[in-house]
Amino acid sequence: MDNQVYLKNVATLQFNVSKCTGCGMCVEVCPHGVFKMIDKKASVTNCDKCMECGACKLNCQANAIMVKTGVGCAAAIINGFINKSEPTCGCGGPKDVCCN
Amino acid sequence: MSSMSSNLTLSRIPEVSADWQLKDYLGTIRVRSSIGRNSYLVKPGLYQLGSPDSSSEVFVSANYKLSFDILRKNLAGINAWILVLDTKGVNVWCAAGKDTFGTDELIRQINLTDLKNLITHRRLIVPQLGAPGVSAHLVKLSTGFNVRFGPVRASDIKEYLANSYKKDDKLRSVNFNLKDRLLLIPVEIMNSLKQFLLISLFFIALSGITSSGYSFQTLLKQGSEAFIYLLAAYISGAALTPAFLPWLPFRSFAGKGMVATTIVFIGFLVSGFTEQFLLLPLGYYLISLAISSFLAMNFTGASTYTSLSGVKKEMNFFVPIQIALTTIGLILVIVSKFIYF
Repeated sequence: MDNQVYLKNVATLQFNVSKCTGCGMCVEVCPHGVFKMIDKKASVTNCDKCMECGACKLNCQANAIMVKTGVGCAAAIINGFINKSEPTCGCGGPKDVCCN
Repeated sequence: MSSMSSNLTLSRIPEVSADWQLKDYLGTIRVRSSIGRNSYLVKPGLYQLGSPDSSSEVFVSANYKLSFDILRKNLAGINAWILVLDTKGVNVWCAAGKDTFGTDELIRQINLTDLKNLITHRRLIVPQLGAPGVSAHLVKLSTGFNVRFGPVRASDIKEYLANSYKKDDKLRSVNFNLKDRLLLIPVEIMNSLKQFLLISLFFIALSGITSSGYSFQTLLKQGSEAFIYLLAAYISGAALTPAFLPWLPFRSFAGKGMVATTIVFIGFLVSGFTEQFLLLPLGYYLISLAISSFLAMNFTGASTYTSLSGVKKEMNFFVPIQIALTTIGLILVIVSKFIYF
């Protein structure tokens, strides 16, 4: 569904194509089709679809991907603000706020 | 010797079936209604489904019982091992975001269950949505096991196996279709129920105030009207916005929530429920805009495509507006007690 695009020009995803070895893991793990293989190298074809989950970064052996990862969850951001910490959702904890 | 020891090991590995019992269905309904959702667990470790042998596939799952149940249901007819990680009862995707469904825990369970000596191949099928927590090359480095990220949905596993571990765009993409969103509404409603009832009580109590003291009659009349407006805001934010998400204008969820409640209030005007647009209903409209957009904003956490940067941007813009709308709305509601427009 193409209406699953959130705000434009906010994703922190950065891709360094010169480091890319063309293994294709980023294409394999991205749930929103942000990457495509073009001429045996990965390429960011739809940055606005990035939800900053970090799957690509964690699975890139070449360290070619940078993204500030986190949960896109307002309740988590409020939690983080109250506890003065990074945004975390309460799933699994005593508070019942989040995403299942 | 090795066959005897593996037989001994086998007898200790719990067996599970692909079939759901009544209690599995009831449990699913219960957690979908947000009742006891944080304590619906299975014990971490290795399970055998059917009669797996040393060449059978190993599927990795979370110890949220619903995740585990959906996996085993979709493996009907397959003999396989299921390796359950300790994710503190959280589903795969959320747990991957918190690293409880993660590289370290996967390595720990591989070692703890002595998986190396139980199976001859070195293949683990990990749900693709576990990838934010699991680094395939680090697992390989530490254990020798090859992580293959399977499809997003367990229902696509058989297609994935039939295609010799290859996925097309459909198998790797996350959806957020109408059914997915409708399933989430009960949790949205339940999450804010207490706050909604407290706010309603406050405004109902406020309704009794008149320029000539406190009146029980006015409380009944204006209080019920106030409750309908607040209920409309609650439903707009927690149910209508999730349901109609792709069709509501604006990309920000808070904006969508404002549109949803505005449509309901237009309905109140057109139907004659709100007789004229006076100070009191105007005040409640502003308050409802704030409530609905706040609840809609909270739905970002349940959605499958919002980013941290995006939600922060949205909140920076909308939270001050929500506070201002609530303040002005409250002032209008109070002023309407003393000035008739």
